[in-house]
Amino acid sequence: MTAPTGVTRVTLLKDLRLEWRSKDAINSTLFFSLLVVFVFAFSFDPTAEESRQIAGGLFWVAFLFAAVVALNQTWAREIRNQVLDAYRVSPALANSLFIAKTLGNFIFVSVLEALMTPLFIVFYRLRSLGPVWQLLLVAVLGTWALVVNGTFFAAMSLRTRSREIMLPLLLFPISIPAIIAMVQSTTSILNGEGARFWIVLLVTYDLLFTTVCLLLFETVLNAE
Amino acid sequence: MSGNGYLFAAYAVTWVIHITYLGTIVRRYKRLQGEIEALKKPGPRS
Amino acid sequence: MIQSLNDSMKKLFPILGVVTAILLSYALYMALVWAPTEKTMGNVQRIFYYHVPSAWTAFILFFVNFGASIVYLIKRKPAADIVALVSAEVGVVFCSVVLVTGPIWARPVWGIWWTWDMRLTSTLVLWLIYVSYLFLRRFSSSGETPTLAAALAVLGALCVPFVYFSIWFFRTQHPQPVMGGGGSIDPRMLHVLLINWLAFSCFAFLVCWSRYRLEKLQRDVDQAHALESLMDPRGSIR
Repeated sequence: MTAPTGVTRVTLLKDLRLEWRSKDAINSTLFFSLLVVFVFAFSFDPTAEESRQIAGGLFWVAFLFAAVVALNQTWAREIRNQVLDAYRVSPALANSLFIAKTLGNFIFVSVLEALMTPLFIVFYRLRSLGPVWQLLLVAVLGTWALVVNGTFFAAMSLRTRSREIMLPLLLFPISIPAIIAMVQSTTSILNGEGARFWIVLLVTYDLLFTTVCLLLFETVLNAE
Repeated sequence: MSGNGYLFAAYAVTWVIHITYLGTIVRRYKRLQGEIEALKKPGPRS
Repeated sequence: MIQSLNDSMKKLFPILGVVTAILLSYALYMALVWAPTEKTMGNVQRIFYYHVPSAWTAFILFFVNFGASIVYLIKRKPAADIVALVSAEVGVVFCSVVLVTGPIWARPVWGIWWTWDMRLTSTLVLWLIYVSYLFLRRFSSSGETPTLAAALAVLGALCVPFVYFSIWFFRTQHPQPVMGGGGSIDPRMLHVLLINWLAFSCFAFLVCWSRYRLEKLQRDVDQAHALESLMDPRGSIR
């Protein structure tokens, strides 16, 4: 197609390739997420019945911390090599860069989720009473909500002091409705109840925030 | 604490918060006035 | 003409100050004396007359912040940026009042310090969002602060309906004590509530105005410092 998707594709592939070759970020973040799962497993040791009530919350909280560590790495490479200045000067659309970064983060963070989930199932002896495809849908929507805002705030935090604490500081409050939705829907589905309201909320949230982040990204990139 | 005690506490805390904030504004204003005086003075500065 | 406008505004400030002080005293009298005592909760219910107007004032201030941020993003006027900063700060102050008076009210009535009541919980999330906004303003590098803050304010404001819906549904699934009772309110109580709201709105306006003047002065002084160092006669370029 035309230039924007080309730039997106190229940037995304470049990121994925770099990650795969260096394996820095993957290994450290992966290990961190495993650690978080273990710590939670030691701290909360519920019966199988109880665990269905709290596993939703525990999983998403554990995942939130792992995702923040992953997101903080998002722009680290770009800063090191002054790539962002090149982007600002080039005619490439800022949005292409944002979509590429967000998709890359989404893939990366989904891999983390996929690895954390079996551990959770095992440690909490989980068995879902509701349909698993709904759990997957919630996971995709929730992950996207965190990643799209997280990528945006990571870009915002680039030139702030205490950059690494800035990201969760900005991300968590605004993500609260999405987090409530993720946790409540996961818990409902695990217990065989419906989660339609939460899923609709997540879809609306994702659509609105993706649009607004796209609209504002160029402004933020050129903020100086 | 009786009911009235809680009532007094709530109203008192409200004003403590407001007066504290106003206090920070006043303090910064005084400091700025000092800076303005320093700027107005002519002559060599360190 | 601007000078005379400035002067008349400066004269207006103390007059408004006196009016506000009178209003606040009158509102306090109404709340403590004139308002009828509530049947079930007794005098503790009078906290309501400080708790609710503070919440309304905070929400209005956050709305002003949203408007000012949009104006800044479109027109890049420094005045809009200052209004955004001021309304967020004062909004957080009023929000803090809500979050402190709420538990003080809940404790004697419900026996618990916190309840996931809709208003209290939403106020807490708003407080978190706008405190994070203030942190961004403090930590970002000064050239880009207005733009970044404005972008964050837009996202924060758009989040608000989601905050309400998610907490509303959470509460229908997990029923919680409701503060302030449901249903209709005694007209005398409503009257006192509105008087207190008027008084606190005037007070908020004055506080915002003071903070605005302070910020404007601060920026002018900063600019003077910057100019001075540029024109340092001893020739060192800092």
